[in-house]
Amino acid sequence: MEFFLFILRRFLRLLLTIFIISTIIFFVIRVIPGDPALVVAGIDALDEDIQAIRVRLGTDVPVSVQYGRWLADIVRFDFGESMISGASVNKLIMERFPLTLALAILGIVLGIVVAIPLGVLSAVHRWSFWDYFGMVYSQMGMAIPSFWLGMILLLVFAVKIPLFPLFGSDSLKNLILPAIALGFARAAVILRLTRAAMVEELSREYIITARAKGLTDRMIRYKHALRNAMIAVVTVTGIQFGYMLGGAIIVEQVFSLPGLGRLFLYAIYQRDFPLIQGGVVFIAVIFSLVNFAVDILYSLLNPKIRIS
Amino acid sequence: MPEKRADSTLEIRDLNVSFIQGEKEANALRGISLSLKRSEVHSLVGESGSGKTVTSTCVMGLLPTPPARINTGEIILGDQDLLLLGEKDRREIRGKDIAMVFQEPARYLNPTLKVGDQITEMLILHLGMEKSKAVDRALEILELVGLKGGKRVLDSYPHELSGGMKQRIMIAIAISCNPSFLIADEPTTALDVTLQLQILNLMLSLKNTLDMGILFISHDLRVVHDISDWISVIYAGRIVESASRETLFADPKHPYTKLLFESIPDADKRGKRLQTIPGKVPDAENIPGGCAFHPRCPIAEEICRTSQPETKDLAINNRAESHTAACHFIGKQWKN
Repeated sequence: MEFFLFILRRFLRLLLTIFIISTIIFFVIRVIPGDPALVVAGIDALDEDIQAIRVRLGTDVPVSVQYGRWLADIVRFDFGESMISGASVNKLIMERFPLTLALAILGIVLGIVVAIPLGVLSAVHRWSFWDYFGMVYSQMGMAIPSFWLGMILLLVFAVKIPLFPLFGSDSLKNLILPAIALGFARAAVILRLTRAAMVEELSREYIITARAKGLTDRMIRYKHALRNAMIAVVTVTGIQFGYMLGGAIIVEQVFSLPGLGRLFLYAIYQRDFPLIQGGVVFIAVIFSLVNFAVDILYSLLNPKIRIS
Repeated sequence: MPEKRADSTLEIRDLNVSFIQGEKEANALRGISLSLKRSEVHSLVGESGSGKTVTSTCVMGLLPTPPARINTGEIILGDQDLLLLGEKDRREIRGKDIAMVFQEPARYLNPTLKVGDQITEMLILHLGMEKSKAVDRALEILELVGLKGGKRVLDSYPHELSGGMKQRIMIAIAISCNPSFLIADEPTTALDVTLQLQILNLMLSLKNTLDMGILFISHDLRVVHDISDWISVIYAGRIVESASRETLFADPKHPYTKLLFESIPDADKRGKRLQTIPGKVPDAENIPGGCAFHPRCPIAEEICRTSQPETKDLAINNRAESHTAACHFIGKQWKN
């Protein structure tokens, strides 16, 4: 019952989020200068043609009417058609999403695999080689822009040493380099957090109890401290994953990957209102769903907020 | 019950511990000696900062070195000096032969582990029990510490239990491997008065059932009165007086002990102004020369500033029991 209420509350919050986000995005793109009809028709078009396009796009009526239509469409999960290509927004997003999803999963997995063990090692052996290595890594990870890292990776591992393909997106091999470029900075954040959380947990009183019980260092670190440290790490990692699902514009651009990021980027260039709106709402939904999953995971790790 | 070793006493001899911080050296323990017998409660009483916790941490082998440094001393359990053992051997003794109960159970229990796991992990580790056998044993231990609810309690997380229940769990963890000695570091200080009494009674009954020696650390002479067989008073890293409870309460010799008694509120002192001891315990970095207590002592004379008093045994020859105190003017009276 409690669990059901929790889900229901979460669902209502999701709806509210979608409503607020869609309202904001609707008005924001209409405030940005640039008439989509002009983009479609071209600069030399006749006034009548432009007017006709506006009618077709639905931008001829007052903004309030457009807003009403937009909300009515959202309720039916209908985000309309792209102004430019005419394809349905849903279809365009769904075509691109698998690639973005694969990239995000690969990126976060790489991030976790590097960051959590290194973070734990840094915390357990403070001021050791691994700790310094971790510090240097996290500084670099946060300082190096992903586009630069992406280009370097391409240059080294696709051009000089052709281990990976230069472009394309049809196999896992195509995704390795972009996932590294994407996960590198994420790993830096997760690493710092893991180290900090682990250091804090190791200084807590229950660790003294664990030592007084005569437990081995392994048990103290991994059974007692890590469990508690993971509470914070899981939350942040989940949010990072949520961001990545919205598409990685820069990395997709560098590796010429047709993911969501690029789709939305071009939609913005072309003032493709329905696609921008649909895209933003989609990202908001995905982000909320990831947060929801994180909350459930969080409650499993942290008995104090267990929901059922 | 697992078989016991033949270690009937835990003896601390002349323990001297410093904390080193850069150039500074803080002399936390300056020659502590005390002995703890099975089935006996030996209380270590003193104000905060006097070295009680350093003593217990050192006995447990949990003192971080550095910054701490053990200058001299022995901690004898059975026939071995614990201070000479390697970390692995010490770890095997911790929890199994000498266990510890802490002040604030809420902070000293792992919030994300079920209390059952917190008990059984020791049984599995130290006694090599199977998980299911360890659970059975944990249920028995719960009974011993007076917790009803069996399996349900084992499946709880610490935050789901009350303060008193948490302290009982702490005790359950400590006694799970049937240790010969238990160190209780102010186990009742964080609890309210009615619970204090329950926990003290529990510890007393466990001491008898399990034939366990308890080193009871407290700042509160009233609490100590209810539970102790023997009492040692610690001041600035030295034991200034040590005697059986009856002797100490009837005839305290050291001025510090006397002042501690005078600062206890009780019915006799109703209407009178309660005594406090002026000043405070010196920092371990700046311990006064001579007798460390002289700046606060009402009977201090020149010699107290210059020479540290020997610990003298005041026991009269025909009495077996010893009563030691370290003061140049043992028994000297003063007027308030």
